[in-house]
Amino acid sequence: MQKITRSDLINKAKELFANGTVNRVLGWKAGEFAYDVTPAVFNSIEDMEKNFVFGDFCNANFSKYLIAETGKSAEKVLVFLKPCDTYSFNQLLTEHRFAREKVYAVGIPCEGMLDIGKIKNLAGDGILEIISGENAVTVKTLYDDDKTLNYADIMVERCLSCKSKKHVAYDELIGEEGDVIDSNRFDEVERIEKMTSDERFAFWQSQLSKCIRCNACRDICPACTCEKCVFDNPKSSVNNKAISDSFEEKMFHIIRAFHVAGRCTDCGECSRVCPQGIPLHLLNRKFIKDINSFYGDYQAGEEEGSRAPLINYTFDDLEPGEAVGRGE
Amino acid sequence: MQRIGVFVCWCGSNIAGTVDVQAVSEALKSEPGVVFSTNYQYMCSQAGQQIIIDAIKEHKLTGIVVCSCSPRMHEATFRKTAQAAGLNPYMVEIANIREQCSWIHKDMAVGTEKAIILGRAAVAKVNLNAPLIPGQTPVTKRALVIGGGIAGIQTALDIAEAGFPVDIVEKKPTIGGKMAQIDKTFPTLDCAACILTPKMVDAAQNENIRILSYSEVEEVKGFVGNFNVKIRKKARFVKEDVCTGCGICTEKCPQKKVPNEFNLGMDNRRAVYIPFAQAVPKVATIDADYCTMLKTGKCGLCAKVCTAGAIDYTQKDEIIEEQYGAIVAATGFNPISMDKFDEFAYNQSKDVITSLEFERLTNAAGPTAGKLLRPSDGKHPHTIVFVQCVGSRCSSCAQKGKEYCSKICCMYTAKHAMLTRDKYPDTDVYVFYIDVRTPGKSFDEFYRRAVEEYGVHYIKGMVGKVSPEGDKLMVQASDLLANKQLHIEADLVVLAAAIEPDKTARSLATMLTASMDTNDFFTEAHPKLRPVESPTAGVFLSGTCQGPKDIPETVSQASAAAAKVIGLLAKDKLTGNPCVAHSDELMCNGCSGCEKVCPYGAITYIDKEFRMPDRTTKLRRVAQVNPAVCQGCGACTVACPSGAMDLNGFESAQIIAEVDAICR
Repeated sequence: MQKITRSDLINKAKELFANGTVNRVLGWKAGEFAYDVTPAVFNSIEDMEKNFVFGDFCNANFSKYLIAETGKSAEKVLVFLKPCDTYSFNQLLTEHRFAREKVYAVGIPCEGMLDIGKIKNLAGDGILEIISGENAVTVKTLYDDDKTLNYADIMVERCLSCKSKKHVAYDELIGEEGDVIDSNRFDEVERIEKMTSDERFAFWQSQLSKCIRCNACRDICPACTCEKCVFDNPKSSVNNKAISDSFEEKMFHIIRAFHVAGRCTDCGECSRVCPQGIPLHLLNRKFIKDINSFYGDYQAGEEEGSRAPLINYTFDDLEPGEAVGRGE
Repeated sequence: MQRIGVFVCWCGSNIAGTVDVQAVSEALKSEPGVVFSTNYQYMCSQAGQQIIIDAIKEHKLTGIVVCSCSPRMHEATFRKTAQAAGLNPYMVEIANIREQCSWIHKDMAVGTEKAIILGRAAVAKVNLNAPLIPGQTPVTKRALVIGGGIAGIQTALDIAEAGFPVDIVEKKPTIGGKMAQIDKTFPTLDCAACILTPKMVDAAQNENIRILSYSEVEEVKGFVGNFNVKIRKKARFVKEDVCTGCGICTEKCPQKKVPNEFNLGMDNRRAVYIPFAQAVPKVATIDADYCTMLKTGKCGLCAKVCTAGAIDYTQKDEIIEEQYGAIVAATGFNPISMDKFDEFAYNQSKDVITSLEFERLTNAAGPTAGKLLRPSDGKHPHTIVFVQCVGSRCSSCAQKGKEYCSKICCMYTAKHAMLTRDKYPDTDVYVFYIDVRTPGKSFDEFYRRAVEEYGVHYIKGMVGKVSPEGDKLMVQASDLLANKQLHIEADLVVLAAAIEPDKTARSLATMLTASMDTNDFFTEAHPKLRPVESPTAGVFLSGTCQGPKDIPETVSQASAAAAKVIGLLAKDKLTGNPCVAHSDELMCNGCSGCEKVCPYGAITYIDKEFRMPDRTTKLRRVAQVNPAVCQGCGACTVACPSGAMDLNGFESAQIIAEVDAICR
């Protein structure tokens, strides 16, 4: 259950429309069902009142949308950012991907978002309505009786290992500010590190073999903002590498993980949008964990303009030989 | 499609001994693009080069592959050959089948197979080569010498003499270095100060030399001919241009208990000090660690007594930014710490000293005014034991000391022994040695004089233990020639401590991108043929930062480095390297990743308008490379996530083509 409501956000938008701060809003729009919320641009408060939603399925991270959106108008766009979204926001600013002055960022608290896949597994198909309660949701379906499901059982995977309830960038904050969390996000990485190399290969092969190369992970990723992606560029030679292997998905995801290494804010969008349920975020987390152990704790996006260790040099950087021992 | 010629060199038997050159040239004939392939005994010879020239003309070649030695050896040669035949020199690729193949393999079949693979990779690359034309860059006619010891002073004087301005950066308050601390010099026994201080004064008075004392290099950017250096001039709390060096402040300062580093802590100086009488610049410096005024805000005595008004407690570090065409490292050496050598009781007894401390004890300007007295009780020592090779020539498994010979110890110990016997004939002097090494002009004669004329007891063997007992030092040693154990009751023990490069050299090497060996000595571009140049263009080496040396050798190397610098600064323009990075603006995201990794500051960003396919205009931030500044290191191409950044002559596509050819 989110602590702020749809009307809180509409009221904020109304105020900003009225005083001329912004001329449009990047927000969530209702879909056919309660759970298929999609990102949308609202050009008027009337439009918002009609179509805007806010609730437990507002997963989408809007930061990446700002690249295209800020290019469309000289006026400011209002964007609602959950704590994890603000890290991507900062990272994109660090990489000069959009103009900060064209955005009015409103930070909103987040209690964790829900995973419709998990709900369907527990409640079955034909979901008509999902009513959020204090600690649980009530699911009404076509076929069965109402089901009550605990939040902990139906939360999106990334929210279960949330790294921060703190907003690292905003113009204005609605609701209470949270803290950076000492999360358990590396537990799963450690479990995989403990496998033998054969087991690990088998694990990733079984996972990555599910990939259908729909490119959703890349398209949603706030670190994947290249003007032309190397995988879409026949001249890049990386493109050819990925498809020259019979196990091309492996090459695709590993190359992608390397491309976002040191820039990934661990927002978890890749795994969330994967239609095949591949835990792609674990590849990125492994890089984050290694970078932390090699160069000291670093969180991409935590601070605008920070220099990622991989593109920085200090006198106490470890020697390549030391990395081998520490990376395991 | 390219028309490629392949030329396989035998290098006499160097390559042909382990590689079937005939098979290699046959195999490469069928590679894509290859229209001609041959082999010859010495491709680099006049006749060999003629074969290449003729083939280029006859077969209308557009690119060539030479399978030979390392490109470091003959790439330039073959590029000139290609140019002579009218081919762009950058259409030449070298497949290194000597250092990376024939020399490391013993089996002909294996060597041949690998040579073919290496040749194949080079052919794959040439297929994607494009002609390149180098640009030219101007040379900043100013040199930087880092370190103001005898090496730095000599280099600076020679460069200045040729008419080029030169800056000496010295981290201590005065130039002079180690030589200023030495009493007499071997083998002529002339006084170090008498020959050094005139040079220091020359440097100070030379209008082409600027001395930045009490300063350190903080940042080095740029490249040969155009280095941009930031120098931190540390606050000395005394206005350098006002101070007359009268020394009144150094007499009146109430803080008298500061260990005097010039005398290696064997006596004390004040918090405001001039290191020694002949210091250059002769300017006082306030030691902020000890000054009561700077620490507590109460005192100010030096400011009161200074008639010139030179004291300035508010002085701050100053950053000087300067352009240089060439940089000389002359960072010198230090004796190693004796902490790991407990067997010699250095930390237990004041009467166990290092040779440099012995120099100060015998120097007229030293703590004892030149009288050889024991540091513990000020008495004249009657038995002195010198121990050679303390920390030098240690085995690598000893976990202490250095593997190398420090080179100067044999001679200065002979000097110390001889001078002691000369001045104090009632003293017994023992020298324990592993070997006595005296290869230098008049060196062996000098050592023999110590033994034969001055009666110094030279004993082959090492001292095992020194133990203080009462006011004596019990020295336990072995005499290897007589095969017996010796027990000597000594009054003073002098340790010939190994020398090591100054600790600042390591960070300096990183700033200069100059390479070092495992002992932190700077490495030379070629140990025999380019001994005063660093492998990094525009960086030169002077003195002991390159390896242990005595004064005559240091001075000759210093002048040699100066000659190289003058040769560089005499040029108006340097021909650049056309293998520079360039950015594809259509793919560039403007993320600044490349800008952050560029060690030369060659990348800048501009906002540029682009016409989009839908006829709109889009303002995008894109990277631009300054080809005159880019050195072609390729760091940007790796940092670029979209592959917009690429390197002429080493394009990602070329590298991948090589890898593909190898893995085929």
